[in-house]
Amino acid sequence: MSETAEHVVVVGGGHAGVQTALSLRERGWAGRVTVLSADHEPPYERPPLSKGWLKGAVEDDGLAFRPAATYAEQGIEVRTGVRVERIERTAREVRWAAGSLRYDHLVLALGARPRRLPVTGADLIGVHALHTHSDALALRAALDRARSVVVIGAGFIGLEVAAEARRRGCDVVVVEAGERVMQRALTPLMSSFFADRHRAAGADLAHGVVAAELLGRDGRVTGVRLSDGRRVPADLVVTGIGVEPNCDLAREAGLHCDDGVVVDEHLRTGDPRISAIGDCASFPVDQRRIRLESVQNAVDQARLVAARLTGEPRAYREVPWFWTDQHGGKLQMAGLTADSDTHVVVGSVDDARFTVLCWRAGVFVGGESVNRPGDHITVRRLLADGVPLDPAAAAAPGFELKTHLRHALGAAA
Amino acid sequence: MATVSYVSHAGEETTVEVAPGTSIMRGALNNSVSGIYAECGGETMCATCHVYVDPASADAFPPVGEDEDEMLEATACDRESTSRLSCGLVITEAHDRIVVRMPECQR
Ligand SMILES: Cc1cc2nc3c(=O)[nH]c(=O)nc-3n(C[C@H](O)[C@H](O)[C@H](O)COP(=O)(O)OP(=O)(O)OC[C@H]3O[C@@H](n4cnc5c(N)ncnc54)[C@H](O)[C@@H]3O)c2cc1C
Ligand code: FES
Repeated sequence: MSETAEHVVVVGGGHAGVQTALSLRERGWAGRVTVLSADHEPPYERPPLSKGWLKGAVEDDGLAFRPAATYAEQGIEVRTGVRVERIERTAREVRWAAGSLRYDHLVLALGARPRRLPVTGADLIGVHALHTHSDALALRAALDRARSVVVIGAGFIGLEVAAEARRRGCDVVVVEAGERVMQRALTPLMSSFFADRHRAAGADLAHGVVAAELLGRDGRVTGVRLSDGRRVPADLVVTGIGVEPNCDLAREAGLHCDDGVVVDEHLRTGDPRISAIGDCASFPVDQRRIRLESVQNAVDQARLVAARLTGEPRAYREVPWFWTDQHGGKLQMAGLTADSDTHVVVGSVDDARFTVLCWRAGVFVGGESVNRPGDHITVRRLLADGVPLDPAAAAAPGFELKTHLRHALGAAA
Repeated sequence: MATVSYVSHAGEETTVEVAPGTSIMRGALNNSVSGIYAECGGETMCATCHVYVDPASADAFPPVGEDEDEMLEATACDRESTSRLSCGLVITEAHDRIVVRMPECQR
């Protein structure tokens, strides 16, 4: 039924690591399962940290993946506060300061770490990043006192924080090196929709500039000097300039890393006993390699590895999807849309209820939906089932995604 | 506390106690009841927490919301008149016994 592995050791207690363990048990894995996590808290969700939790709408215990007792009940040993320092591949052992553990199969679910701002002043008091629960606690406490906030980097997390800071009445300036917000993930149309929304809410968006220096007095941040010479006062600076995959552990063990731990379509590294998943893994899609930072990707990759270890190998082909919520604009993305070349909008941009459908080189590649959750789910299903969609058909009056899906499924049945 | 019975697609029933303030979705995850994915963690973003509420319990919850309605139209397993997204079904003091059935698939 299964590969010969008996003890699965997972390094990383985030979405990917924990889901691996849960899915192994759900699929009847009879061997030992251990999750080693450098975190001091039991495994928790990150998305609410910049959304509901930051607003105070989600309690601390609403962040836990599962009640602590669940892991024990499922025969999953979760060891927190364990930072693995070495992988001994010949001995099949992971080692840390106070111990070591043998594995038959090792799953690296190491996640990523926020990129540090490479300028003077980055270590002043009042400069925050948001990645962990303790980061979030510190940021929320700082927001409680803040009056003027500078957010560096107009990515998802930076903009979610910017929206919350405005909601609390702070002055907000967002500094973005690129030409548009959320550039790495979104079509230009969607970027400009959200830029307008932030401006309408009173935030100042500065494009094409970077923070040259963080200014301070008595060790505490007082402002930011921008590359165009402007000085912006701030008593809180939040950096959201992306993350770097955690691959040192893998690299030092001689595994190939290139913007992530390199894996094949089965999410195996060059060592057949070692898999890598989630934010830390660079995997093949079509003719290229990508690394995604999303819960969907972490969870689906975990499920795939659990399936392989219990005797059902398959190649990784899941439809990527992601969400964000900023100033009441609920954005859901499906597929890889950022480098698409043809777009059709369905719904109404003025009413903030629309979907941008996207094609690249004539192939339907996904959609970005604002306050149209039904469209989003439908686009995911079109992509998952490989249902073709023609831009001209989508642009025709009366076009409905739902009907298109239903017809396609009906025709297939 | 309410008693919630989760009936799997295969007909297997798991009954657990769920505290007020907790959703039917969380109740399942917390008690290792399989059949609910809840990929978005309960933010009404993913539609992978679809359940069919037993007609006897149908009136126990507020009516289907606008977003929920749209998402239910596109769930992996067909919508029925009793379909709900279980992350929005929160147990209150008024609940006693609730029965939900799981669809065959969530995606
Ligand atoms: C504020 C915030 C908001 C987000 N919002 C969204 C969202 O809305 N939607 C979405 O899809 N995604 C969102 N994400 C991204 C999402 O949280 C990540 O993609 C997801 O957590 C990745 O899971 P992972 O398990 O790969 O990595 P992580 O969750 O980062 O977990 C990595 C784990 O590895 C551990 N670890 C690392 N090195 C070692 C070591 N040497 N030894 C032991 N343990 C180690 C860490 O302690 C951690 O437990 C957000 C992220 C943040 C920070
Ligand atoms: S858990 Fe995602 S919609 Fe209910």
